[in-house]
Amino acid sequence: MVSTAETRKAVEDVSADYKYGFVTDIDTEKAPIGLSEEVIRFISAKKNEPEWMLKHRLKAYKMWLKMEEPDWSLLHYEKIDLSKTYFYSAPKSAADGPQSLEDVDPELLETYKKLGIPLKEQEMLAGVQNIAVDVVFDSVSVATTFKKTLNEKGIIFCSISEAIIDYPEMVQKYMGSVVPMHDNFYAALNNAVFTDGTFVYIPKGVRCPMELSTYFRINEQNTGQFERTLIIADEGSYVSYLEGCTAPQRDENQLHAAVVELVILDDAEIKYSTVQNWYPGDKDGKGGIYNFVTKRAACRGVNAKVSWTQVETGSAITWKYPSCILQGDGSVGEFYSVAITNNHQQADTGTKMIHIGKNTKSVIISKGISAGKAQNIYRGLVKVMSNAENARNFTQCDSLLIGDRCGAHTVPYIEVKNPSAQMEHEATTSKISEEQLFYCQQRGLNIEEAMGVVVNGFCKDVMIQLPMEFAVEAQKLLGISLEGSVG
Amino acid sequence: MLEIKDLHVEVGGTGILKGLNLTINAGEVHAIMGPNGAGKSTLSYAIAGKEGYEITKGSVTFKGKNFLALECHERAGEGLFLGMQYPVEIPGVSNMNFLKTALNSIRRYKDLPEMAAVEFLKFIRSKASELKMDIEMLKRSVNVGFSGGEKKRNEMVQMAVLEPCFAVLDETDSGLDIDALRTVSEGINRFRSPENAALIITHYQRLLDYVVPDFVHILAEGKIVKTGDKDLALYLEEHGYGAIENDAA
Repeated sequence: MVSTAETRKAVEDVSADYKYGFVTDIDTEKAPIGLSEEVIRFISAKKNEPEWMLKHRLKAYKMWLKMEEPDWSLLHYEKIDLSKTYFYSAPKSAADGPQSLEDVDPELLETYKKLGIPLKEQEMLAGVQNIAVDVVFDSVSVATTFKKTLNEKGIIFCSISEAIIDYPEMVQKYMGSVVPMHDNFYAALNNAVFTDGTFVYIPKGVRCPMELSTYFRINEQNTGQFERTLIIADEGSYVSYLEGCTAPQRDENQLHAAVVELVILDDAEIKYSTVQNWYPGDKDGKGGIYNFVTKRAACRGVNAKVSWTQVETGSAITWKYPSCILQGDGSVGEFYSVAITNNHQQADTGTKMIHIGKNTKSVIISKGISAGKAQNIYRGLVKVMSNAENARNFTQCDSLLIGDRCGAHTVPYIEVKNPSAQMEHEATTSKISEEQLFYCQQRGLNIEEAMGVVVNGFCKDVMIQLPMEFAVEAQKLLGISLEGSVG
Repeated sequence: MLEIKDLHVEVGGTGILKGLNLTINAGEVHAIMGPNGAGKSTLSYAIAGKEGYEITKGSVTFKGKNFLALECHERAGEGLFLGMQYPVEIPGVSNMNFLKTALNSIRRYKDLPEMAAVEFLKFIRSKASELKMDIEMLKRSVNVGFSGGEKKRNEMVQMAVLEPCFAVLDETDSGLDIDALRTVSEGINRFRSPENAALIITHYQRLLDYVVPDFVHILAEGKIVKTGDKDLALYLEEHGYGAIENDAA
């Protein structure tokens, strides 16, 4: 339930300004402005990368040069001038590689405190909270916790930069195997300039004992953020991964183009949850993050399972389709999404379920909420290949409109090449009812709380998929995101 | 407790209440009866502060405070409960969570500490059993898939939990079978106390067999045209509204 005292306070806190809209003053080392081969070499050298990684980047860069920015989505925005963008910046203290939290810039730690991530406390409370946090601040991972516990199980949880140096075989084998570097404009760009991200490997038969969590944060002005995440679940393993984001307030648009690849082998399962709360721009739509993400999971093994859960409340523009390639027989793909857009936000999000193996199943539950002048688009593809006997899909897309100046659009594509497939698609669009709000208010809830209750109810099918730690935060976010949209 | 003076209310530019006067003291139960379109529900919404019900003239004073200056949820915080004629469904929100949120909102308004989960669970269980409400029902979404009787019973559970001092019950008896009517009546009678007061809006005098009002008012064309005791309701039952309106004219 959203309307706790804490939530109310949180709503009050953001009533004037975006809560996380502060700027941390930390010296950074920047790459030269713009994108060139020289910049890529600079990034690679900064990170002491092996030769093969540099070659990979340069190859991607050459491909990217020939590609054009896509314009098929319903999104409207000013193109970002990449020649005026910095592609690399690292907090100085981190460039020397802090070995523990004590080595971390105190100001950085202060930033985490403002964000509500008491890292030290979290480490001490590890036994209670069971969360390991690998924090990406700007582009370099500065602190990784709980490695020891994970090491004992043979689990690898580190920054992608470390993985490139420490586990090159694995990175070479899997990186780009799910999202090829030429996949799309932003993915190619990411391959050329990605600076950091997370690497996870869960060995055969291991159930990861804790939720793995990464908080991403964009800090440096004009710095594109290009994370790269690779998670591999070996046979019979299980991991739940949480990703959450906040960002400081900025006037200029910031580009975020991450690539996330998940590889799931026989009988393994990955649960990937995201709460995305980047700066959405001000009430007039100025500023805000551009979030152009490529997320894809490959269920390579028999009975492999992947579950994407996302709560998208932030960013000026979201362009994101976490997808599942259901290659292994009996594999399962799930996509649960809540996308909230308010004021001038635009979200074009959905999923792709590609059924290749026999007896593959997919579930899509999408809840879109629009308020203010925002536009919310669900775009999804369910594709059943000719060999995918007995493939099944269930899709449900619900849209909720608040006010009369927003929009909701549903664009489902269904391609079936095998006659044994069973496809179900349900879609609804409704307006938030005055009667519901009045009923709640008459029972003592103020308008924001009433809205929070009704919206959380609308999103419940998705919210229950979130791990407990995230669910509470996400429920609050729903209320906060819609603040000022009524009354 | 409640004092309404010369109340004029418009809905979408149309005058519905045209100079209504009503005073209800603590300990009293009043019933308002009247033909369709007389403005009974408008009165309840105007007291509760629903959007779209414009007060063009008059005053509503509640426990000495200018009620019209307060927002809807603040009026609830002051102790007003409106049992609705058509309780709305809120999909995905469990009855239990809804009640806890509502109760704690009201407690915050009254500067009381919020009730913790365990304490609340005990509290709600006892209230539910008083009103013979299945605890399973508390786990279901608010009013979703409830029968008419279940919805009205649920309103009574909410009233018992939120502990208001003044209840407006808008046709709470409509659509109830005799057993549900009894349960609802018991709920109202249990609520009755020297500190509390209630305004029962009803079409039929049936409910008044179980809940005996101190006063019965007849509302017609936006005004109270006649006031009496329980016998007025019986007279009405026998002769119809027409007779009263003729009397008034």
